[in-house]
Amino acid sequence: MTDRQIIKRLLALLIPFWRGILMAVVLSFLTIGSSMALMGTSAWLIAKAALHPSIAELNLAIVGVRFFGIARGLLRYIERLTSHQVTFRLLKNLRVWFYEQLEPLAPARLMVHRSGDLLARISHDIDTLQNFYLRVIAPPLVAIGITLTMLSFTGWLSPILALITLFFLILGGGVLPMIAWLSGRKTGQAVIQTRADLNIELLDGVQGMAELLVFGQAQSHFAKIQAINRDYLRHQHGLAQRSILQSASGNFWVWVSIGVLLWAAIPRIDGIMLAPLALVTMACYEAFLPLGTAFQNLGGSIEAGRRLMTLVEENSPSTPSQAVLIPPHYDLTFENVSFQYSPDDPPVLNHFNLTIPQGAHLTLAGPSGIGKSTLINLLVRFWDYQGGEIKFGGYSLRDYAPETLRDLIAVVPQNPHLFNATIRENLLLARPSATDEQLESAAKIAGLDALIATFPDGLDTWVGELGLRLSAGERQRVAIARAILKDAPILILDEATANLDRVSQQSVLKTLQTEMQGRTVIFITHESPKGDLPNSICVLR
Amino acid sequence: MKIDHRLFWELRPVRLWFVTAVGLGLINGLLVVALAYTLTQIIDQVFLQDASLQVVRGQLALLIGLAGLRWFVQWGSEFSALHLTDHIKTNLRERLFGHLFQLGPVALAQERSGELVNTLLEGVESLDNYFRQLIPQLFLMLLIPLAIFFVVVPQDALSAIILICTAPLLPLFMILIGWWAGAVGQRQFKSLSYLSAHFLDVLQGLTTLKLFNRSQAQIKTIGRLSDDFRVATMRVLRVAFLSALALELLTTLSIAIIAVEIGLRLLYSKMEFEQAFFILVIAPEFYQPLRNFGASFHAASAGNAAANRIFELLAMQPIAVTIHAIHKPSPLPQPPFHMQFEGVSFTYPGREQPALHHLDLTIKPGQHTAIVGPSGAGKSTVINLLLRFLEPASGQILVNSVPLNTLSPEGWRGQLAWVSQKPYLFNTSILDNIRLAKTNATLDEIMWAGEQAGLAKFVQQLPQGWNTRIGERGARLSGGQSQRVALARAFLKDAPLLIWDEATAYLDAELEAQIQTAMENLMQGRTVLTIAHRLHTIRKADQIIVMSEGQVIESGTHYELLHQQGLYYQLAAI
Repeated sequence: MTDRQIIKRLLALLIPFWRGILMAVVLSFLTIGSSMALMGTSAWLIAKAALHPSIAELNLAIVGVRFFGIARGLLRYIERLTSHQVTFRLLKNLRVWFYEQLEPLAPARLMVHRSGDLLARISHDIDTLQNFYLRVIAPPLVAIGITLTMLSFTGWLSPILALITLFFLILGGGVLPMIAWLSGRKTGQAVIQTRADLNIELLDGVQGMAELLVFGQAQSHFAKIQAINRDYLRHQHGLAQRSILQSASGNFWVWVSIGVLLWAAIPRIDGIMLAPLALVTMACYEAFLPLGTAFQNLGGSIEAGRRLMTLVEENSPSTPSQAVLIPPHYDLTFENVSFQYSPDDPPVLNHFNLTIPQGAHLTLAGPSGIGKSTLINLLVRFWDYQGGEIKFGGYSLRDYAPETLRDLIAVVPQNPHLFNATIRENLLLARPSATDEQLESAAKIAGLDALIATFPDGLDTWVGELGLRLSAGERQRVAIARAILKDAPILILDEATANLDRVSQQSVLKTLQTEMQGRTVIFITHESPKGDLPNSICVLR
Repeated sequence: MKIDHRLFWELRPVRLWFVTAVGLGLINGLLVVALAYTLTQIIDQVFLQDASLQVVRGQLALLIGLAGLRWFVQWGSEFSALHLTDHIKTNLRERLFGHLFQLGPVALAQERSGELVNTLLEGVESLDNYFRQLIPQLFLMLLIPLAIFFVVVPQDALSAIILICTAPLLPLFMILIGWWAGAVGQRQFKSLSYLSAHFLDVLQGLTTLKLFNRSQAQIKTIGRLSDDFRVATMRVLRVAFLSALALELLTTLSIAIIAVEIGLRLLYSKMEFEQAFFILVIAPEFYQPLRNFGASFHAASAGNAAANRIFELLAMQPIAVTIHAIHKPSPLPQPPFHMQFEGVSFTYPGREQPALHHLDLTIKPGQHTAIVGPSGAGKSTVINLLLRFLEPASGQILVNSVPLNTLSPEGWRGQLAWVSQKPYLFNTSILDNIRLAKTNATLDEIMWAGEQAGLAKFVQQLPQGWNTRIGERGARLSGGQSQRVALARAFLKDAPLLIWDEATAYLDAELEAQIQTAMENLMQGRTVLTIAHRLHTIRKADQIIVMSEGQVIESGTHYELLHQQGLYYQLAAI
């Protein structure tokens, strides 16, 4: 996607807010305008007073000075409120928009970026884009408005002054910041790259500390970090140097433009206007200061926009089937099913056959990596198989809407995700309307009841980010309870008890088998089947 | 309105640069005064004395010359601040990282590694604002207005008094706002990061949401939360901006007051245009440093929490000498090693229950010793002591009769190989991950070690073989495969002492058998200590030590212990 296309798409996101944006831009323009007017009228007031006119001639200017003095502050206040409102509304839209785009893609089309890193980056990118209006769109618009104002003011004094002003504003406000930004682009990328490298090495250093110490590599790793850290700071230094040069040059430019304007104005205009001209020029540069960062933010916004849009664009999801087929019964049959995750990957299933009648309790055992978890992904239609046929209730799986299948199949995945909420909320996900009794009975089957009893807040205990306040075994119990609460005719447990000790494993499995009588239950395990699992065993090879 | 005093200490080694930054900053302020003065001179001469361009040409050139000089001075001031900030950031990051190594892996086990890395990277970065802007501006905020005040006094005392009277109101306002907005801002910041975290949580749990057909419902939740946040934040911002408005009105109004006041006095010939105009130009410059400080202070508040965390980590005391070479280390004993724990006790900081309680045990040279026991028995502590991540609180560990803590940690660790329960794999190639154990190993040696550990077949399937970076597509290693990389490291290191912390779970039977075979090869001719979780792997051990609550409760061979019908018998029965 070209930069231009991305900017276009980003602008399209702003369209619903055009009123607010326009208002904020106008307010911002008026704020700087008042500040120029304040300086201009004050200077005129003093210059006029020096000529000792009657006080009546000064009255208007005195009122003007007071008016603009107060107006500037008030306008700034209203402008800030307006622009922040717009930013927050934009942020909300961005989140909702992106979520709507991403939702159909999970998980199949997101697998390439399997880690949380990508997701963390996405939310970071969205945070970057929320500043698109405030830091990128508004400053140039305001600068253009102020330039026009300055041109009419100086042109009214003398046309040649307008030309000089135009020259200084375009060069100082537009061209110089742009050159600074363009010349710093490479360094900016180097900063990002070395920072990522440093992050990796620091993480390796902190997480692999024991290994580094035992193998005597602590010193050499330290030296490595030292080198990258200095590289990082060196690039950063380059970037900072540019911004220092830019700010010093900006100040220089203001005074040079005042000097040159006076040079041209002295022979041409009335002496009383010299002071206002100098001070108005000084004040107008306030509109051009944010332009330097606007260029940088534009670059950042384009990059963030590019990442988000490529992710969404290149993965346009397949059209969902409109079918509302309901299975007449819950028999499952795999007939010669073949599947591979992508053409580059080795086939995971090769002419796989299996029949699971409704109500059966079954263990699927086999070494890791053989495709046991893949069966789940196929059954809930996260992926579609390439060869053979899976039949559910006598119809092809493809004839069902994915939502129908997901309603009928409850899964305890290998790595269940717990949301940063209470245990209750995590359970209710499966059935929002569940009563307390239903919650408690599901918890009991999963062996969660004893655990909940030890928490002072019981079901309302907060599980923390990724459920990390609970132990791995406790998280699994919550996930099991959640699947049971769903009350679906088919329950699949993928290594669901791997983190429980042997005694707990046995009791959970035993309870499940009695409580789930009549429903289909599939246990997936890599361990060699033992006595505590259902007798009907299918060993994959 | 508080800057951590420990930050000022960091300035000590670079104080010359700091003085330069502030000194040039002050000169910069004075140059602005000179520029304003020249400007008023020019306009005064042309406007009131009808001077022609020829007369003021020299002064116009001076104006531009002064602007040029100011360019250098401003650059010099900001460059010095940048230089000292670079120095402090480099130093602080390296010091902090080095300190983490001194604390050692056991002390840091309590901390979240993501948070530590974040402090090292972002935390140190967020101090940038402090050193480059806030602290120099703190000084300039006092110096420049004072300098301008003394320049204005001889020109017009009344205006000088207005300036000096309004000046303290600014910091006062800022303190009030800072004091109030600080608390509110913190809360806002928290809820904003909560919102970001919630969005991330939803993205990460998207698969789970879909499994429960709840993913569509989240759209509404995301929208609602964002709206709630907006309303709450705007309520706060309205007040925060109002106080900013008060600040701004204060400065603009005092400029307006001065303008009208000098205008009127000018009208009645109580003052010259030249002075009046000069004061008008200089008045905004008087307030500028105060406003700059206010703006930076707002931006720097994130640095405060970071500074706290950094100094808190730096203040943590190591619980053992984990890395520094000790003063006069005893010469390393020659293998084979006879190791003896004599009355060793250890309690983790912040716990009441000792992890080890007068522990006595012997590991005989050339033998395979296994330690078993329920979790919390102190098995890992024994290993951490042997690895020198911890030091006994009392009692001692002897290696061939030499106290372990008199040996250099690095030298001692050179004598042992360690296969941990959850081996850490570095973000490099598989080859480099094995090479860690012996940096000067040849390619053949590394590949041999990999083959011994049973990695060859797996590596062949990878796109770039041994050079595949771990973590890249297709090369995400499972728990069993990481164990094998760790085994390969041990093969490569070829050390006389082998410490093996067995994995608790997650191995399928076939893989486990393979690792067991590889392990038995590795054990040949070495002194071996195993922490066992599954008892069938240690049946052949020469000595099995059963621990409970930090003490040895029984020891012997498999059959002896079964015969005793003690704790081992119970453990074996499950």
